[in-house]
Amino acid sequence: MSVLVEKADLSLKYTAHYNEVKESLREDSADVLNVPRNKAFQDFVMQGIPTRKNENYKYTNLQPQFYPEYRFIHRREPAKVDLNAVGRCDVPQLDTHLAYIFNGWYYENNKQVGQLPKGVILESLEKMAYEKPELLAKYGTLANTGDDPLVALNTAFAKDGYFLYVPKNTVVEKPIQLINFLQANQDAFVTQRNFIYVEEGVDVKIISCDHTLNLNKYLNNSVTEVFVGANANFEYYTLQNQHNQTTSLNSVFIHQERDSRATTLYSSLHGGLIRNNLKFILDGENAEANLYGMAFIDRKQHVDNFTQVIHAKPHCQSNQVYKNVLDDDSTGAFAGRIHVVRDAQKTNAFQRNNNLLLTDKATMQTKPQLIIDADDVKCSHGATVGQIDEEALFYLRSRGIEESKARLMMMNAFAHEVIQRISVEPLRDRIDELVDKRLKGEVARCHECAYNCEC
Amino acid sequence: MTDQDKILAEVTQSEYKYGFFSDIETDIIDIGLNEDVVRTIWEKKKEPDFMLEFRLDAFRKWQKMKMPDWAYLKVPPIDFQSISYYAAPKKKPQYESLDEVDPELLETFNKLGIPLEEQKHLAGVAVDAVIDSVSVKTTFKEVLAEQGIIFCSFSDALQEHPDLVRKYLGQSVPVADNFFAALNSAVFSDGSFCYIPEGVKCPMELSTYFRINSANTGQFERTLIVADNDSYVSYLEGCTAPMRDENQLHAAVVEIIALDRAEVKYSTVQNWYPGDKNGKGGIYNFVTKRGVCRGVSSKISWTQVETGSAITWKYPSCILLGDNSVGEFNSVAVTNNHQQADTGSKMIHIGKNTKSTIISKGISAGKSDNSYRGLVKVLPGATNSRNFSQCDSLLLNDTCGAHTFPYIEVGNKSSIVEHEATTSKIGEDQIFYCNQRGIDTEKAIGMIVNGYAKEVLNKLPMEFAVEAQKLLQISLEGSVG
Repeated sequence: MSVLVEKADLSLKYTAHYNEVKESLREDSADVLNVPRNKAFQDFVMQGIPTRKNENYKYTNLQPQFYPEYRFIHRREPAKVDLNAVGRCDVPQLDTHLAYIFNGWYYENNKQVGQLPKGVILESLEKMAYEKPELLAKYGTLANTGDDPLVALNTAFAKDGYFLYVPKNTVVEKPIQLINFLQANQDAFVTQRNFIYVEEGVDVKIISCDHTLNLNKYLNNSVTEVFVGANANFEYYTLQNQHNQTTSLNSVFIHQERDSRATTLYSSLHGGLIRNNLKFILDGENAEANLYGMAFIDRKQHVDNFTQVIHAKPHCQSNQVYKNVLDDDSTGAFAGRIHVVRDAQKTNAFQRNNNLLLTDKATMQTKPQLIIDADDVKCSHGATVGQIDEEALFYLRSRGIEESKARLMMMNAFAHEVIQRISVEPLRDRIDELVDKRLKGEVARCHECAYNCEC
Repeated sequence: MTDQDKILAEVTQSEYKYGFFSDIETDIIDIGLNEDVVRTIWEKKKEPDFMLEFRLDAFRKWQKMKMPDWAYLKVPPIDFQSISYYAAPKKKPQYESLDEVDPELLETFNKLGIPLEEQKHLAGVAVDAVIDSVSVKTTFKEVLAEQGIIFCSFSDALQEHPDLVRKYLGQSVPVADNFFAALNSAVFSDGSFCYIPEGVKCPMELSTYFRINSANTGQFERTLIVADNDSYVSYLEGCTAPMRDENQLHAAVVEIIALDRAEVKYSTVQNWYPGDKNGKGGIYNFVTKRGVCRGVSSKISWTQVETGSAITWKYPSCILLGDNSVGEFNSVAVTNNHQQADTGSKMIHIGKNTKSTIISKGISAGKSDNSYRGLVKVLPGATNSRNFSQCDSLLLNDTCGAHTFPYIEVGNKSSIVEHEATTSKIGEDQIFYCNQRGIDTEKAIGMIVNGYAKEVLNKLPMEFAVEAQKLLQISLEGSVG
């Protein structure tokens, strides 16, 4: 009984809050952002905060995460942090166009962006919605609010995030690095909405890092829509490194046109509850999608990677490799769906999910799915859950390598399969190093972080 | 249309060969379902009192349940009030020999190709033939009785061994397990009961044939197999149904309980009327099958060949409770025309050192949809458990669909779970290879499909394997091969 009431209350809390602030949300934002707001909110009311009865959230219980009294941040607040003191959780030897985002708001004084190629816009979404609404014509078309309550909630509350536009045939040589900081003086509910519009023939790489700067509880609900033009190359690397009280809900939607290639890589090194929703739509012939992910988690952390790849046109290719190493009481989940629609012939779709459980308390739940409605396709998926291969271990030991070292080598190799897909070399070395340190138990988080959060 | 397409079209368009309707007088109660109907069934069958409780409990729980909609199936709404829940052949004489059997009934069996007489002599198979819910013939009962094996219809079991039934009924499929199991528990009319006593290795394959005969009678079979310590039994179930235009509902429940070191092998060939080429008619098959390996080192293996039914919803499962117990699932599912199948298996590892294997082969043709859905769950206490799952799908044209929905949940570090799935069509290079060696395309496709399913067909008992191969050909190959 009480559980039922609580559940209802939980959604009600958010509905009540929306009704309270909807007028001011409307007044403060451009039309582009306001148009889908009401429908999004209705969709949220219909779906409520997902329970484990929702098939898509079967392995991730979000109810407790929505329970705390969060403060909502609906207005831009001055960032009070000395960025130098924070230390850039940076990548040595990597020169990037660097921008900060605080609590979902694009930082106004981003000085380290540097000189972007001509025509490239990296700005605040709020600002661009006023100034260049024509570039946001497709806003909200990918992130369908009827399919996912979190996307609905995000669209209803959406105010700001980053906006990236890369015009035709532009090569952005240096990667664009976006650092998302969470820092508020009390528990906070953060809504971040990003929009990326990459035109034909573009080559761009994005590195996104998530960090928390203090020990308050955070719930970050972010939605990113990405449009990749024909023949473009889009790479998106995410490093998740947040403390145990954080709930990080990321939904990324990528629409690809013909001959384009999009790659995403999520490396979850630390976080309370991480849910990564990824939806790829291969909507042009000969498009290629690569989805990679790895998670090293321990204690009571939870990582859930939820992917969908829709092969809407023939001759497309998709690859997915997800790897998890779970320690202590941590829980991991993976759900991947490959959907080949009718007549999307000559499709190649591969998916693999390998997991290592290091303790008897860690659990892994995986749900790889294939929905195939065309016949001339090659599709496969594989999933394994297990431990380090004893025979390989024996082989190493027989060559004089001590057991603990051999184990480390094996785990490193396990993760390296994902890491090696990173095309930005300094970043690859950096993540390799982090993983190595992580495995040796030296650090459980970004070691240069000024806030030595003991959590 | 290329030659190959033509052949594939021919192959996949053969009509159902087992469609006919035999005219036997049946005793049917009025359509609809309420507590009175449940009581009537109980009265008509003169069952012991505990059964009324069991049935009413199930019925009351069923009323509160909703039909599941999570499967990848398009199920037209079923009006459960427009079905008659009991149909029994009116005359039920106690036959001593086959000569006394209603000749029309024998004719039906002969058309189906059930070699009742032949099997008696040659194959050594005891057949408990069920026509429309009531068992009319049980053979070899005496031979089995000598060993202490009980193999009889469920009604007889309730009369003769009520305590045994009471002890095990609902143990692996609880009354309110799911919507269809609850419905079955409330209204099941008959089925088979099998008990293998301690230390007995059943000397012959036990088998039953199910038929759905009268129009508009749902068939609700209940099978209960109990294998006591150190026993072994191989059980066969096969079915065909006459061609009817209205959809018929079938919601069976099969329960298996294996005690210490017992082994149960359950094989099914299912070939009910799948509907015609335009998707009209056909059986709706919603079946709950579950085995519990309750004892240590026990083993349950399911082998199924699914070629019939308009809609199949079936997940034979194993609960591996005892330490060192083993579960196996081998399946070939063929869908054609407008058939839909959502089938697979569940393996729940609870005991230590438990092992399970899932081999599923799906073949889709026509405009059909064929899904594999399975769950492998390893509980934290099930240390050193092992599972291997392989799900392959073969697509024969571009209008059908093949889907895979595995769920894997692992709760300890010492267990190893592997799952792999592939989807492909018949390789042109394979056909070319056969052509090159003088085998025409027709035969080549037949060979490849049979070869593809061989891994599972090999697991069937000899007598069944032959029939299963025939069925595969009928379902897919038409004039081919």
